[in-house]
Amino acid sequence: MASITEGSAKPVEKPAKTKGPLIYRQSIWTRVTHWVWVVCLFFLLATGLNIFNAHPTLYLGQQSGFPELQSNGQSLNNAWLEIGAVNTDDGGARGQTTILGHSFDTTGVLGMSGDPANPDFRGFPAAITIPSYYDLGTSRVIHFFFAWILVTTLVVWLIASILNRHILGIPPTLRDLRHLPRDVLDHLRLRFEHGRQYNVLQKLAYSGVFFILFPLIILTGLTMSPGMDAAWPWLLQLFGGRQTARSIHFLTMSAFVLFFVIHIVMVILANPINELRQMITGRYRASGDVPFDRSKGDKP
Amino acid sequence: MSGKLILNRRRLLGLGAASATTLLLAGCDQFDGLLSGEQNIRGWLEKGNDLTYQAQRLLGGQSALAHEYTEADIRQGQRPNGSTDPQTADYLQLKANNFADYRLKITGLVNQELSLSLADLKSMAARTQITRHDCVEGWSCIAKWTGTPLGPILDRAGVKPEARFCLYHCYDTMDEGLGGQVPYYETSDLIDAHHPQTILAYGMNGGDLPVANGAPIRVRIERALGYKQPKYVHTIELVTGFANVGAGKGGYWEDNGYDWYGGI
Repeated sequence: MASITEGSAKPVEKPAKTKGPLIYRQSIWTRVTHWVWVVCLFFLLATGLNIFNAHPTLYLGQQSGFPELQSNGQSLNNAWLEIGAVNTDDGGARGQTTILGHSFDTTGVLGMSGDPANPDFRGFPAAITIPSYYDLGTSRVIHFFFAWILVTTLVVWLIASILNRHILGIPPTLRDLRHLPRDVLDHLRLRFEHGRQYNVLQKLAYSGVFFILFPLIILTGLTMSPGMDAAWPWLLQLFGGRQTARSIHFLTMSAFVLFFVIHIVMVILANPINELRQMITGRYRASGDVPFDRSKGDKP
Repeated sequence: MSGKLILNRRRLLGLGAASATTLLLAGCDQFDGLLSGEQNIRGWLEKGNDLTYQAQRLLGGQSALAHEYTEADIRQGQRPNGSTDPQTADYLQLKANNFADYRLKITGLVNQELSLSLADLKSMAARTQITRHDCVEGWSCIAKWTGTPLGPILDRAGVKPEARFCLYHCYDTMDEGLGGQVPYYETSDLIDAHHPQTILAYGMNGGDLPVANGAPIRVRIERALGYKQPKYVHTIELVTGFANVGAGKGGYWEDNGYDWYGGI
């Protein structure tokens, strides 16, 4: 803006240079599946947390250790995450989360939440679960319904993305990876380039979601099903047991939440109007250095 | 391009953000009303469970076996859950006599009704399996179960062609709010009933089946969750349907909102 010289004869040139072409970047398949996943993942998360609340402890291995259950003098203690409540010396209670043997006071959020005068003793608080009250049956109904929609939409997306070659633009190439340090610096300076292709950090993030997180969360979900373990015995071998699978399911969920937060922050920093337009109409305003190409369907 | 259009988009965006924030502040209880009770929307969502049942039957077939573990995998006792000490008069009487007077009845749509004592059941070919018990709540426990396969007993009784389900009647009762106590019951399809690992278990971890775990007989259906594996069973009735039993959903927990298939 400061570079626009006073009284220039051709004031139109400069904005035309900073404003790149309006490119067609996202096909209808990518856009529709994207928004279906938004809905699915929202319900899967909120119902999943309620399902977790039924037994807010995570274990490693095939089974869940209950130290009080003795058999031939043996007992098992293989929990690594435990959310609960404990009594306090003054006759009250507090929420407590134990991770790998380290306990934290999580009153108000985990283990004990809601009105302090009449607290709920539950893993995750009512504000972020569906239903807000504990109802395992209903949470499971909603969870599995949206799980089916999610998987169906992923299959549709996969087929469409192979046919329209969108999927080729997701894994980073070796050349992309060489640009990684520069791209990281650019992101840290909040200087975003808006090209025809995703930048390398986007490619890494989306590859992580499509090729690691989605398969992991689906397969670990199936491993928790005794029916699926019989039909596909390799599931148990792959993940090292139903309880490990439950733990991985939970950690993958956490990774999805982390991705969501970064995703939204990036959308806001990079220009929310442009990013939202991209995922609604498919059209995306590219950076000024992206050459106009009518053959690619660019608009001014 | 046109400033007006952008403004509209901004407004739209603002509106979207505002409603998302409202939802966030108000919490997810916004959805409670839609999902509770007999709302049509719930019946619609439940179709996902029918799909799961069909898909798992397709993938697992009639007799895909649940994984069987080794002795080394039995690391603790079997966790008792649900009823652990039934107090019905019939049951207490049987228990006092160490179940010597117990009879398992096979009734309903069979050619010949059966009444089997514990000794009868123990004299039949037995199957022992070390399997993982999965609770709907999310935990698992590995134990060794010994019992009589149900399939051959059903064959002996002669299941009539119109029968489609086994209805398991139990001695234990569950809380039914103001209605007091109701007997626990369950149903399974005939595929699960005839599954090679479906046994009428009378032994656990090398000893007699403890009362807390369902003595004298608990049904093991290894491809299903714990609530599908009834304890304290006294009658197995062959039926065409279960709409007129309990609240009509095929089991005590199903009547209280759990899915009927219970294989996931």
